[in-house]
Parts: sequence; C-alpha cells; structure tokens
Amino acid sequence: MSYTPDQLQVMDSMIKRYPRSRSAIMPLLHYVQSIAGYVTNEGIELIAKLLTLETAEVNAVATFYTQYKRKPVGEYHVGVCTNTLCAVMGGDAIFAALKDHLGVENDGVTADGKVSLEHIECNAACDYAPVVMANWEFYDNQDVSSAKELVDSMRKGTPKPPTRGPNSLVTWKEASAVLAGINDGKAGEGLQAGAPSLLGLNLSKEGK
Amino acid sequence: MTKLAPVLSAHWDEKDSFTIEAYTRHSGYKASAKALAMDPDAVIQLVKDSGLRGRGGAGFPTGMKWGFIPQGDEKDHYLVVNADESEPGTCKDTPLLMANPHVLIEGCIIACHAIRAKQAFIYIRGEVTHVVRRVNQAIEDAYKAGHLGKGIDIVLHVGAGAYICGEETALLDSLEGFRGQPRLRPPFPAIAGLYARPTVVNNVESIASVPAIVANGAEWYQGMGTEKSKGTTLYSLSGHVNNPGQFEAPLGITLREILDLAGGVRTGHKLKFWTPGGSSTPLFTDEHLDVPLDYEGVSAAGSMLGTKALQIFDETTCVVRAVLRWTEFYKHESCGKCTPCREGTWWLVQILRDLENGVGTEADLAKLLDLCDNIMGRSFCALGDGATSPITSSIQYFRGEYLAHLTNGGCPFDPVKSTLFSGANA
Repeated sequence: MSYTPDQLQVMDSMIKRYPRSRSAIMPLLHYVQSIAGYVTNEGIELIAKLLTLETAEVNAVATFYTQYKRKPVGEYHVGVCTNTLCAVMGGDAIFAALKDHLGVENDGVTADGKVSLEHIECNAACDYAPVVMANWEFYDNQDVSSAKELVDSMRKGTPKPPTRGPNSLVTWKEASAVLAGINDGKAGEGLQAGAPSLLGLNLSKEGK
Repeated sequence: MTKLAPVLSAHWDEKDSFTIEAYTRHSGYKASAKALAMDPDAVIQLVKDSGLRGRGGAGFPTGMKWGFIPQGDEKDHYLVVNADESEPGTCKDTPLLMANPHVLIEGCIIACHAIRAKQAFIYIRGEVTHVVRRVNQAIEDAYKAGHLGKGIDIVLHVGAGAYICGEETALLDSLEGFRGQPRLRPPFPAIAGLYARPTVVNNVESIASVPAIVANGAEWYQGMGTEKSKGTTLYSLSGHVNNPGQFEAPLGITLREILDLAGGVRTGHKLKFWTPGGSSTPLFTDEHLDVPLDYEGVSAAGSMLGTKALQIFDETTCVVRAVLRWTEFYKHESCGKCTPCREGTWWLVQILRDLENGVGTEADLAKLLDLCDNIMGRSFCALGDGATSPITSSIQYFRGEYLAHLTNGGCPFDPVKSTLFSGANA
C-alpha cells in the first residue's frame, strides 16, 4: 500500500518532535500500525527511508517490542493479565475460558477478524484485579462471564465501553494512532479515577 | 496509628481532576512560577533539604541526583521521566496520571529549571491508551496556557511493551530509537545520558512530588515520614484483601495499619505472603506485618521498599505457582543482552515447572539457589537480580511447600479457591 501525502506529513511532524530523527522510530511504528493494523514490510521500508536507516535496523526495533504486531490482529485486541496476582485471582480461569469460547489459542484471531486474544503481563491496575485490556483500555474487575460477554459484544460490533477509559471502545487501529501521539479528542471522557484509586483519599476524609 | 496524608492524590475525587482548570483551581502552576523566579541551585537545595527520595524503586535522593548534572558545560541537558510503570504489582503512576497529569508537567517545569534543561521527555508505557490521551491533552493544554513553550518543552514518548525499558539506561536506548537494552555504567546518565548528554531520569511520582515541596517548603515535607525516609507516598494494596486500592501515607506506615484501613485480608482467610514493593523485592510473610514501610525498615527486614506495591496473597495461594509465574515473566522480559539473565531465567523456569508438576527432586532446590547465586550481582542490570528475589525468599520461608509438591506428585492446592469468584462461574 502507498501512503497519502497527509500521512507522510504526520510522520514528518513526528520526526520533528525529536532532537535526533532516530528517536521517532517508536511513534512511527505505532503510526504505520494504525494505518494497516500491523507493522507491514511497507511500513518498515518507509520508516527506514524517512530516518535514513537500514530496514534491518527498523526490523530490529519492531521485533523487540511486543506491542508491534507483525501480522494482523483483531479489530478488538483482548489482553488477559496472567501475571501472578491477576492469574491467581482469576486471570488464568478467564484466559482459559476465552480461548475456549473464542476457539483460538494465545495470539490467535477469530475467523471474522473481530477479536484477537493474548495473555499479557502486569498492566498497572492490580487494585482492579483481575484485569482485562482491550486495545489497551481498562476492563477492571473481570470474571469469566463478564469477559465472555465482553468478547461477545465485540463480535456483534457493539463492544462494551471500558470501565476506566473513553465512553466507547475505539478500534485497534484508532488506539494505535493515539499511541503514536495523535489526539483523538477523547481525553476528557470517562472517569478520573475508579473507586480503588480513591479508597485512601476517602478514608482520609473520614479522619483516618 | 499512622494517619493517611493525601498530597498527590488530594483532589482525585473531583470529576474533572485531570483538567487544567481543576489543577489551576487548586493553585496549580503557582509552584512552577515560584521556582522559575528562584536561582536553579536554590531549587536543587530545596529538594535536597526536603529529603525526597526516588519513588521508582531505588530510593536515591532526588535533589542529589539533580546536583550531579554538570553546570556551565555548554551542553544540552535533558530531563527524562520514567512513566514506564510495569513492575508486577505496581499501579501508582497510572492512576496518578489518569487523575492528575498536570502535577507531573508542573514538576517537569521545576526540574528542568533546576538542572538547566530546556527539554523533557515523558516515557510512558504503551499499554495504557487512555492515560496516553490524558497526558497528551495535558501537555497540549499546558502549551496553550503558556506554561510550556517558553524555554521548556515536553515530548510524550510512548513505549511499546517492554518491561526492561523501566530500567533507566534501557529506557534511554529505547528513547534514542534502539532496542531497549541497558547500558554499562559508568558513565552514569548524569554525565552521558540521552544522546550522551547530561540527563536526569526520575520516576513519575518523584517528579510529581516536587510542586508541593516547592509550594509548602522543605520543612513541611520533612515533617512527614521517618528519620531517613521523608514525606508521603502512594502505597498500592492489591490481592486477597477486602478493599484493595491506593493509600497515600507518610513513609513508615506498616502493612498491619494499611490492612486495617482496607478491611483486612479477604474475609475467612489469612495472610500467607506478600511483596513490599513489586515482584522484584523479596517476599515477606505474616511475620513482617509491623515492619515500617520505609527505605531503611524494609531493607533491614531483608527486602526492599521498591515501588510500594503491596501484593497480598492468602493461604489458598500456592507459592510455587506464584513464583513460577513471576519467573516466566522475567524470562519473557529478559532483553537477552547478558548471559546470566538470558540463560539463567530460562533454566529457572524449567526447574520451577518440574517442581510445580511434582516431577523434580529435592536437589532441584539447591540448583535453583545456585542458579540464583550466579545471576544475582552478575547480570548487566537489576532485572536479573530481581528475578532471583521471589525464588530465594520463597525457598527461605516455604521450603516445605516446594517439597510437598514432590511428595504429592503435583500441586496440592486448588487454584479455584484463590480466585475472587471461587468457582462461582469459573
């Protein structure tokens, strides 16, 4: 695929953020992922050209970081935390149930291309365990049935909104654009903090 | 009884707490105005006097770190904020940035002024889309309000899923556009950091603590905490407790006190083991409920304060399963640069899997400890060291449980009992 002049201009502005152009490699990878849904060979070649690098150098970076996908994922990429704390509290059961429910293995995509599944590491929301992420938005305090309902809603094309995030779940490509640094105007949506984040503050107000 | 002391989290309960309007309503950006009118060295001295220490794990005095930046060297200086929160159990910077990103931006302005840097980078982990939105918007709004762009600039740099990038030199390599692998030190970042220029790398919570120190003074900050661990900090309680969450308290509070506030361990269960500061800090047990959770207290008891990530596990949890899972994490996240960590974590996983499945032997425990001995202190960075902590501490406290897997021919625990939904719909 070829890139539009607008897209090339966005990439140019990303490079200009940094004192040295090579630093833009990560936002550029997020950005090409937002266009194709994964990091394509064309994307790698373009980044190499823009930054005056060898494609092997860009590949070396793209393959180091797990968020850069080298093959298509679902429109909704679901990550179940199976690091120790979430796993023990239910993450393992949720992950096993979703594999079974969706008929996919780790890193698999459903045949309709809607949902992909991955077991992920600690996502910094342990006070909301067990945690499920979709397109890297928080779905807190999940259990087996809520997680199944979540993926079902995705397959119907009406995904449930994140518990701490925007009012509706954006697609994988749209989320990748946010990670590339593009403002989608949704920063003001959603909670400022969930109940566990406020627990100590509220107790303090009671004189504790 | 230690009283909670919300400073960073003081306004998180207001619906719009993340906006510049809310931040300004609570005297936001007054501390940076005050600091910008001060001599930079006086700002460094103030932070030194406050006793603030790094909140990312190591506890290095923040003001001293700033003081290491050479002055009058005619080179560009950089501030890099480590927002790559990914130590298992750690969940403080993420809610902080979700609820109040402006306090970090104001802290960056003050720190840049102090170390004579014109440019700051915030390196945030990539797996938190909404937090990225909030910080990005906050930076835009700070530019519009004229707090940024007049001599100090901030760029938000989004990571892409690599735990190792929380290590400061790996983070710098990543920010320069390379694979995130740690660098040999010396030279330290203060001399040759980002682009080989003098660089301060600080954790989110450390930098976010600075505006309140500038506003209220070093003495005020010194008034909280213990002799060598000053101020207030976020303790993140998770796991088998009735009410998990964030508790901002003076350094030195104990787990017993925090558990009291949280309604105790899951009803009907009792505390078995816990981490004081993430999975890289040696495990504690119910013997350690009264250890003061400050840098010295935790260290004297044989662990580390780390990120103050208090992960609580009750008696239903198999310690071998818990430790194996953490070890799989370290193996997965090892960057591969040094042999002890790359090969060592792989072998640790193989042996622990055998032990969990009851097909190992008692000699495997000695082998595990020997491997840990060869990784600890011999790895390129702290990831390898951290990988050994759960293993050595769990064998110290729960050797019998490892052996029970062998006599039982497998894990004697029912994993369903550890889940929050205990079989209800599992």
